[in-house]
Amino acid sequence: MNLMLLTAMLLAALWAVFTRTLLKSAIALALASVLLTVIMFQLKSPLAAVFELSVCAGLITVVFVSTISLTQPQSDAQVLAHAGQRLRRYWFLPVLLALVVVGLDCAHLPLDFTPPTPEEAGLDVRNVLWNMRPTDLLGQVIIILAGVFGVVVLFKEKA
Amino acid sequence: MDPSLFPLFGLFTVLLLVTGLYCVVATRNFIRLLIGLEIVTKGVTLLIILGGYLSGHMALAQALAITLIVIEVVVIAIAAGIVIAIYRKNGSLDANLMKNLKG
Repeated sequence: MNLMLLTAMLLAALWAVFTRTLLKSAIALALASVLLTVIMFQLKSPLAAVFELSVCAGLITVVFVSTISLTQPQSDAQVLAHAGQRLRRYWFLPVLLALVVVGLDCAHLPLDFTPPTPEEAGLDVRNVLWNMRPTDLLGQVIIILAGVFGVVVLFKEKA
Repeated sequence: MDPSLFPLFGLFTVLLLVTGLYCVVATRNFIRLLIGLEIVTKGVTLLIILGGYLSGHMALAQALAITLIVIEVVVIAIAAGIVIAIYRKNGSLDANLMKNLKG
């Protein structure tokens, strides 16, 4: 089950990268977000999964579709020409990837996971977020404010 | 927690990261560049949740994943606004044609 979900998510990501149409790419990205949500539910992370579904599969897809509709895409001839050049220019990347995977496998990295204390194991996500990581929340608030002001300035109509 | 999950999930996380990085490196279209960035962020989110699941620190992992998702959406929203502004100024989304700041 996990293998099927992971494979489907990777295929959706590859479709998003290699498809010629930007709209299909945005939809493939939304599909990858949905599959990641299911995987996160499998890994016992319901709150993060709901965030991923609503924000990434929903809001970010809307942002991408809006951006695509406000900009004119390349013509089919331009897309084909660039796709051909891209394959010729980056042929060495799969070889490099294979070498990195072999290198990591040979490195035998120590992956020791420290088990949680009983107090930590009983913590709720909301408790951790609001009580243990207030600096993260402050950072999120500042980033959201920065985002709002940025969008207002970027889309401001010139007088 | 089942440590035997790590090789399978770890492999797919790496493949996601590589796919996203390839998209960022190999494309000239700004929107597709943002899509590549999104794919990289998904790989990182999966890795954080996987680390939390394997170590038992699920609450902390979910809190970090939520923080990451919030940052991700704001970055994409601002970047999309910049892309639209670039298109309005230059009439194109091709990175090779952006020579306004060339010295």
